[in-house]
Amino acid sequence: MKRLSPFNITALTLGFAFLYLPMILLVIYSFNESKLVTVWAGFSTKWYGELLRDQAFLDAAVVTIKVAVLSSTLATVLGTMAAYVLVNGGRFMGRTVFSGMIYAPLVMPEVITGLSLLLLFIGIGLDRGVLTIVLAHTTFAMCYVSVVVSSRLVSFDRSLEEAALDLGCNRFDAFRLVTLPIIAPAVISGWLLAFTLSLDDLVIASFVSGPSSTTLPIKIWSSVRLGVSPEINALSTMMIGIVTIGVISASLISKRNSVRAQKDAQAAERSA
Amino acid sequence: MAKPSPDTSIKEFSPWTDPDEKPLIRFKNVTKRFGDFVAIDDLTLDIYTREFFALLGPSGCGKTTMMRMLAGFETVTEGTIELAGQDIAAVPPNQRAVNMMFQSYALFPHLSVYENIAFGLRRDKLPKDKIDARVTEMLKLVRLEKFARRKPHQISGGQRQRVALARSLAKGPKLLLLDEPLGALDKKLRQDTQFELMDIQETTGTTFVIVTHDQEEAMTVASRVAVMDEGRIIQVATPGGIYEGPNSVYVADFIGDVNIITGKAKAAGPDKYFVDWGGNQAPILATSERPFTDGQECHLAIRPEKISITKEKPEEAENAVQGKVLDIAYLGNLSTYHVELPGGQIIKAQTANTRRLSRRNITWEDPVWIRWNATAGVLLAE
Repeated sequence: MKRLSPFNITALTLGFAFLYLPMILLVIYSFNESKLVTVWAGFSTKWYGELLRDQAFLDAAVVTIKVAVLSSTLATVLGTMAAYVLVNGGRFMGRTVFSGMIYAPLVMPEVITGLSLLLLFIGIGLDRGVLTIVLAHTTFAMCYVSVVVSSRLVSFDRSLEEAALDLGCNRFDAFRLVTLPIIAPAVISGWLLAFTLSLDDLVIASFVSGPSSTTLPIKIWSSVRLGVSPEINALSTMMIGIVTIGVISASLISKRNSVRAQKDAQAAERSA
Repeated sequence: MAKPSPDTSIKEFSPWTDPDEKPLIRFKNVTKRFGDFVAIDDLTLDIYTREFFALLGPSGCGKTTMMRMLAGFETVTEGTIELAGQDIAAVPPNQRAVNMMFQSYALFPHLSVYENIAFGLRRDKLPKDKIDARVTEMLKLVRLEKFARRKPHQISGGQRQRVALARSLAKGPKLLLLDEPLGALDKKLRQDTQFELMDIQETTGTTFVIVTHDQEEAMTVASRVAVMDEGRIIQVATPGGIYEGPNSVYVADFIGDVNIITGKAKAAGPDKYFVDWGGNQAPILATSERPFTDGQECHLAIRPEKISITKEKPEEAENAVQGKVLDIAYLGNLSTYHVELPGGQIIKAQTANTRRLSRRNITWEDPVWIRWNATAGVLLAE
């Protein structure tokens, strides 16, 4: 291992401090005994216990998880399909327009996405609730999934699918038995990405949620307006934990696969 | 050249000479266009059962397109392709009795060697014990019994090639297509594998169509070779026929090394012609079954190994020319002499090195005589 120079250490420390100091403070204060957020009065996990007894938070948590699972699953299915067509469909009419359009929501201001979805739901008379949040989250998460999956599909050897057709598969079987298992790591990381995006979305959810479907970010936001409580700190810490686990496992899955493939290839060369 | 199959060992294997023999594959005036680009141009070709047929040509000559049309990955623009007497245009790839071995092998990386070979059989919903028996048989055929449980990336390139072959043969296709099957192997392994391919073709009795740009490979394995250029077939013949009797300068030049001498033909008896080729040189005597008119431009193609080289003037040679050694290419078993003639033309002559190098009596700048028989070359019109 190379040793870092003092300058590099300083730069690194400053950068990471800037990024993570607020979150570290939040995590530390979530274990604070005192009810006053800014005064440290000793270590305690009582706010976590408090949190688990708060029915309103629990309800919001259930809604959030439900929305995240449903919307990320839907987004993964739709996003994978879109990526598949855009990468493999060849030069069909309007391909450029479609590929531009699928990525547009990435740069679209969330306020506008939220507002337009709200108008749509009102227009078609759909009552705001869990369903509308799921639909809204699917809409913006599927383009992220599509980006992740299509970057994998670009390097996918088309002759593998042709080989499957040649050996007696129809198109759907070829996708199910050959393409999908091979691109699975990308699909899974797409799902995890969509899941975390849905978990912490506040802007869009606040447009399309109804009275009975408050998600955690909305709950936190509205509680904070009445004053920051240690309970919120505890809740936020838990959310940070979940999101971190999601992101780390997504990157580990793809990393482990490539490392294993490399190791196996080396072993094959040696034994040959 | 592929050995004749055992049951016809007395009679040579040559169904293409038998007018009663029905071809397995029949291309009838097939044209394939990609936009404005003509990949295959009005092509007609018959391939017979049990043949090992090679499509040979430079890249972009349409050989891969022909193969992909047989497999069903490309559609025919005009004309028909028949397999065992039936037009296959409407049959999707998964229902054709044709299997393909891909250039990249296209082994499924998430499945083991065993599962790769079983893949096609499972699609046919065969009972488990039948699949198991067939896969075991295939593994034995390609000598990979010990590797059944490995994944494709855990075996070497040569073994992967054999898995791909076993997988494409497992369903017992009427026709096996091989797309540059040995392209990814190094030279030594490629030569061994060529013979293995021929053995397997003979054992299974499957019709093989191989696409290659390697003329040596085509000559080694195939019963017949089709030389292609720009979407057309230039010549179809046995490897010997292609080498000894090319029908054009293109084919003569594409297959092996050749000297081309251009001149004007003049009749010199039955099937014999003089080729007038240079101001003060004696005309060359050559035989040809193809007729030439007096004064017609012609090209004499002679292989370097059919020209002998001596220091003394040969007696009673049908054709003998004096020249000077310009270059010697020493290949170990052979030496190729580049001999410059007085007119500036360079003729290659090849001799087997039966003596040791130190005892070679011809060296650079030596005046030498080259000679060849009237029957040594082929007289071509184009």
